[in-house]
Amino acid sequence: MAATATTTGPASPEVAAPAPAPRDSRKRRRESLTAYVFLLPGFALFCLIVAYPLARSFQISLYDWAVVPTQASRFIGLENYARGLADEQFWLSMANAGVYLLVTVPGQLVIGLALAVLLDAKMPARGLFRVLFYVPVITSWVVVALVFKYLFNTDAGVVNWLLVDVLHVADANIAWLQSRWPGLMAVSILGVWKGVGWAMVIFLAALTGVRDDLKEAAALDGAGAWDRFVHVSLPAIRKTLLFVTVLLVIGGFNVFISVLLMTGGGPAGSTEVPLTYMYRQAFDFLDFGYAAALSFLLAIVIMLVSYSQFRLFGGDEKEVD
Amino acid sequence: MSVGNPRHQRHVSLRILLAGLAALIMILPFVIMLSTSFKPQTFVLEMPPELIPSEPTTRNYREAWSGNSFAKYFANSLYVALSTTFVVLLLSSMMAYAFARFDFLGKRIVFVVLLAGLMIPGIITIVPAFVLAKNLNLLDSLNGLTVFYSGGMVAFMTFLLRGFFEKIPLALDEAMTIDGAGPVRRFFHLYLPLSRPALATAAIFTFLGAWDEFVWALTVINDPEKRTLPVAIAALQGQRATEWGLVFAASAIAVIPVIVVYVFAQRQFIAGVTAGAVKD
Repeated sequence: MAATATTTGPASPEVAAPAPAPRDSRKRRRESLTAYVFLLPGFALFCLIVAYPLARSFQISLYDWAVVPTQASRFIGLENYARGLADEQFWLSMANAGVYLLVTVPGQLVIGLALAVLLDAKMPARGLFRVLFYVPVITSWVVVALVFKYLFNTDAGVVNWLLVDVLHVADANIAWLQSRWPGLMAVSILGVWKGVGWAMVIFLAALTGVRDDLKEAAALDGAGAWDRFVHVSLPAIRKTLLFVTVLLVIGGFNVFISVLLMTGGGPAGSTEVPLTYMYRQAFDFLDFGYAAALSFLLAIVIMLVSYSQFRLFGGDEKEVD
Repeated sequence: MSVGNPRHQRHVSLRILLAGLAALIMILPFVIMLSTSFKPQTFVLEMPPELIPSEPTTRNYREAWSGNSFAKYFANSLYVALSTTFVVLLLSSMMAYAFARFDFLGKRIVFVVLLAGLMIPGIITIVPAFVLAKNLNLLDSLNGLTVFYSGGMVAFMTFLLRGFFEKIPLALDEAMTIDGAGPVRRFFHLYLPLSRPALATAAIFTFLGAWDEFVWALTVINDPEKRTLPVAIAALQGQRATEWGLVFAASAIAVIPVIVVYVFAQRQFIAGVTAGAVKD
């Protein structure tokens, strides 16, 4: 690639930047200035909308924040954090997110990988299937959450009709969205259904990159399809697996709209997840300081979990891209 | 090729059968949504469910479009999504150009700051962002939505475009420079035209992100006149809990344009989704 020599960006630090041809410093300074002009509008907007609120979020979390501008906010140090750590409802919401993760992450990994393997071969209508599997991914969370709310309706929902009247696996209609475990299950099923196409597309791209000669060599050595998959394809896409898993876990912790619209966190807060709880603290109870602290606690948990996934499964690779 | 081989044939049939079954599960909820949107209210919760309505009606669509102002919400969403796409494409391609082709002091720091911003889900900062929007008088404003959506998406699109800009041969850049073209001219006449596929990908993702966004709009938009489609759909369901036909007609109005665009531009979609995820 002709362009590689010019990519002195920090993203590829292992590619030593070739020493730039000696230029007079005035020309260099002019080049810097041009770069800043191109950079400034976007970076300024980014700082205003993303970076500044992040710093401000930490500040707000240290206050008993007064929403009314005429009232003074009271500095209370880490009290909001202590309150969060002792808040049983917050821990329940974390546990619910844990349940959601336990269902949706393996669900999307396994089904996504299975669909990718299915499509990783010459077959008619391959492109059509890829399009169809991906449609839920591009559809708004609001719409699919409402569709699933309708499907999981207790008395007249399609899911209960299938279970009770068609398959006869349940004796009576299940009150899916009116109790904790069925509610979490319905939300998790939606999560798997919506996300599986995304995992499939990424796995399919990775599998396409697995060298055919390796698979053929394994086949010549007498390896069956399953052995070839486990010993050739899976190791070859290991980095992609890790990347997808980390992103699915982060996405799982961020589950929000589906819970908000399907169960509303109820009944009695039993299906609350961290973000619905944080959102309620902020915009129902106007407790901005506490909500900011809760979102920081969640961010810390997400970072720790992501970091330990890289440490546990990343092996010798330092980064995934 | 062993196309005639019966074992191979059976293998392909099995694959198609399995894929077809999976596709059915992925699509069925949408079919039910569409079918319900054409049902009169009395049939919406009838058991057993009918996939093809016995008395189909377009009343729900008419009522949603005019009676419940979805024409207005559609226009609001379109305005916000288009303006966000324009702002993000302009700003992020400028930044991508600076990163791809210039050396400057602080390049590494700016890069790391942008990268850190990418990792943090936007909702983490929703409280201070709300305070900021209030102070800037951007609550209840469609342009306010554009400003916040753009700020939230500009970092990601910069990374997407930077990778593409770096692949444009430096020789072209140098040839233009020798011809006396300055950096601005090179940006508009070399980098932007050659990056059309990447710009298309970025445009689709930005548009879709703004079109589908719900939580921020729910938080800052109070005035019913300023609602975007996702907020309006959720509000409709909240107020008229059992009018599923109406809710799904409104949903179809929001979803069908997206699916149509997706089907025509799926190559750009896939390119954007897998960019950076798979090491080649």
